[in-house]
Amino acid sequence: MNILTDIPVSFIVLCSGLGLILIGLWGMLTQRNMIRMIIGFSLTDTGIHMVMVSIGYVTGGTAPIINDAVPMADAVNRVVDPVPSALVLTAIVIGLGVTAVMLAFAVRIYKARKTLNIDECTESRW
Amino acid sequence: MIKRIFIFFMLTLMAMVFFNLASNYTENTSLSKLGRYYVEKGPQELGAPNLVTAVVVTYRGLDTLGEVTVLFISAAGVGLLLRRTRRNQDDDEGLEQGDREEETAIKHKPASEIVETATELLLPMVILFGVYVFMNGHLSPGGGFQGGAIIASGTMFLLLALPESHISRLMIAITESMSGFSYVVVGVLGVVLAGGFLDNRIMDLGTYGSLFSAGAIPLIYLLVGLKVGFELSAVLDRFRKEDTGPV
Repeated sequence: MNILTDIPVSFIVLCSGLGLILIGLWGMLTQRNMIRMIIGFSLTDTGIHMVMVSIGYVTGGTAPIINDAVPMADAVNRVVDPVPSALVLTAIVIGLGVTAVMLAFAVRIYKARKTLNIDECTESRW
Repeated sequence: MIKRIFIFFMLTLMAMVFFNLASNYTENTSLSKLGRYYVEKGPQELGAPNLVTAVVVTYRGLDTLGEVTVLFISAAGVGLLLRRTRRNQDDDEGLEQGDREEETAIKHKPASEIVETATELLLPMVILFGVYVFMNGHLSPGGGFQGGAIIASGTMFLLLALPESHISRLMIAITESMSGFSYVVVGVLGVVLAGGFLDNRIMDLGTYGSLFSAGAIPLIYLLVGLKVGFELSAVLDRFRKEDTGPV
């Protein structure tokens, strides 16, 4: 009885994903440097992907690719859920696009103000 | 101070929600209904061994088209935000002399010979590997987005080793829009020739497990891979060209 091997892998992935979401939210809320806020967003993003992947895991399952190792007849009992994996693939690409646009905004703001501190961009406040 | 307490309070609430989620977690022992359908029917219906590809390209193909659109819009947004205008050029002229010299020094510092030679040797292989990954997307782990990202990492490699190298914006724009357009055409052909939008059975399903099988999936992934690769290269180029070189 080893306590480390008794915990299912997907549970560890789920917990680290949830932890990353919290760290990222904390970063986005407390940091004043725009680059750090973007890093916080990336962390949250990664955390959400990890949570989604862990939810799709099936005990003892392998990658949903039907080949010699996973015969077609037995596939239903041996693979993990392909739907969350496909959703995460989409989410990663969207996250990349959002991050790129945010970084472009940061570059533009830095060029205009020579600062990355969000507290100094006061006239855009509502 | 009040802000900090508020943030702490909110994060504690979030942590409690997450704790509840995690403590009630039990690992699945069988597939969900939808997953079971895809695993049972996917190989016969679509002929694609990689079921994630089958879901991404065909069953949820419309989502993927939306995803490609989002990526296109974000690339266009980056291009718009980081474009060079006359006013920006004037701003650059207005920089202090010290800044200017520093920038020039950074700009002209070449990469070491080892890096340059390794780039020339490895870059074709990196791009070939990207093409391999997206052409085998229906057989093995990989696909259009992953292959495109590998091609873009090859571009990154090129930009790091040879910062002065020129990337043709026109070629990027033409390849990108042609592949995006062809992707939609393939989708519409699915409506005309097969069961619905983006149905991959417009082409012969071929031998299960061979390179040219699974109907239109390799074709779609070729188009997606080219589009994503060139789009991400354009984004990287935009971030580099921000204050050097001509438009």
